[in-house]
Amino acid sequence: MNPRIADLWVYLSASPLLGLTLTLLAYQGAWWVHRRCGASPLANPVLIAVAALVALLLATGTPYPTYFDGAQFVHFLLGPATVALAVPLYQQFGRVRAMLLPVLGGLLAGSLTAALSAVAIARLFGASPATQLSLAPKSVTTPIAMGIAERLGGIPSLTAVLVIATGILGAVGARYLFDFLRVRDTAIRGFALGVASHGIGTARAFQVSEQTGAFAALAMGMNGIVTALLVPLLIPLFGQAAS
Amino acid sequence: MLAALTQLLIFQLVGEVIARGLDLPVPGPVLGMLLLFLALALRRGPDRELQTTSHTLLQHLSLLFVPAGTGIVVHLDRVADEWLPLLLSLVASTVLTLAVTALTMRALARRSAPGEHA
Repeated sequence: MNPRIADLWVYLSASPLLGLTLTLLAYQGAWWVHRRCGASPLANPVLIAVAALVALLLATGTPYPTYFDGAQFVHFLLGPATVALAVPLYQQFGRVRAMLLPVLGGLLAGSLTAALSAVAIARLFGASPATQLSLAPKSVTTPIAMGIAERLGGIPSLTAVLVIATGILGAVGARYLFDFLRVRDTAIRGFALGVASHGIGTARAFQVSEQTGAFAALAMGMNGIVTALLVPLLIPLFGQAAS
Repeated sequence: MLAALTQLLIFQLVGEVIARGLDLPVPGPVLGMLLLFLALALRRGPDRELQTTSHTLLQHLSLLFVPAGTGIVVHLDRVADEWLPLLLSLVASTVLTLAVTALTMRALARRSAPGEHA
């Protein structure tokens, strides 16, 4: 490499600017593709952006921590964005209150199904115990899920990845599943998406409508709390036979 | 925008302090969301600025998951070794969770308000 270009690369790869810019570029490119595909849920913007960035990091041999030095500024906004979910929630609260019983029933059933089925299926097909435990909180928003995985003895950074994969799967597939099951109520569709697929499902739900999004946001918050309380009690009972 | 962003960060901070102080299993931002919700209920709704700032932030919620998702590069070996159980578990469990949640809610909604959700 030309020494000046090498110097430039040394500078850029040590500065957070590059990781941050690449994250925003990859996401905007992914949005463009999503639009070109007629906003189809199959062309999920998170999936496309992550695939592009992974390919780039592997091709240039850039370590993840170097990339994350810049990307952390975007990652940080997850906190305030979670707080901001209170606004649509407040605006849709009349509808939520009218559906209190279905909301609580759906939450409990969905939360238990998410954790127990993930661990049971992984165990059935021979996943290692650490992987099984990392899967248990996969339907919960990233920061809560990582905390739960740590307490269970899973691998928190693996959990973060599995959480995002779960979010993408729900965002991609939910519309087809709901149509197949003839679930038409937008509140129910949003809430189920939030329980199964946390923030990415919620992001998808907001693309559909404000009301769908508000129910997804509610589901995400409530599922985080219920899973954090129940799963550390349930999984050890279940997991002992596994290992 | 600045005042609204500051407000969101303050609620997150208060949530974080309470969660750590009381050793709760719930993360700070989720407590912050609950606290902001209560505050909105007390002052009967968000002001215009908070409304636009939240809307802008939530419009691109998907972007915020990209950095953590890219973390899969760290786990490529494990994913390559255990791809089958991982894939089956993620897909089947997500489908089951969506279906169980939606069908439970539909059944309960029909019971509590017959006809309304038919």
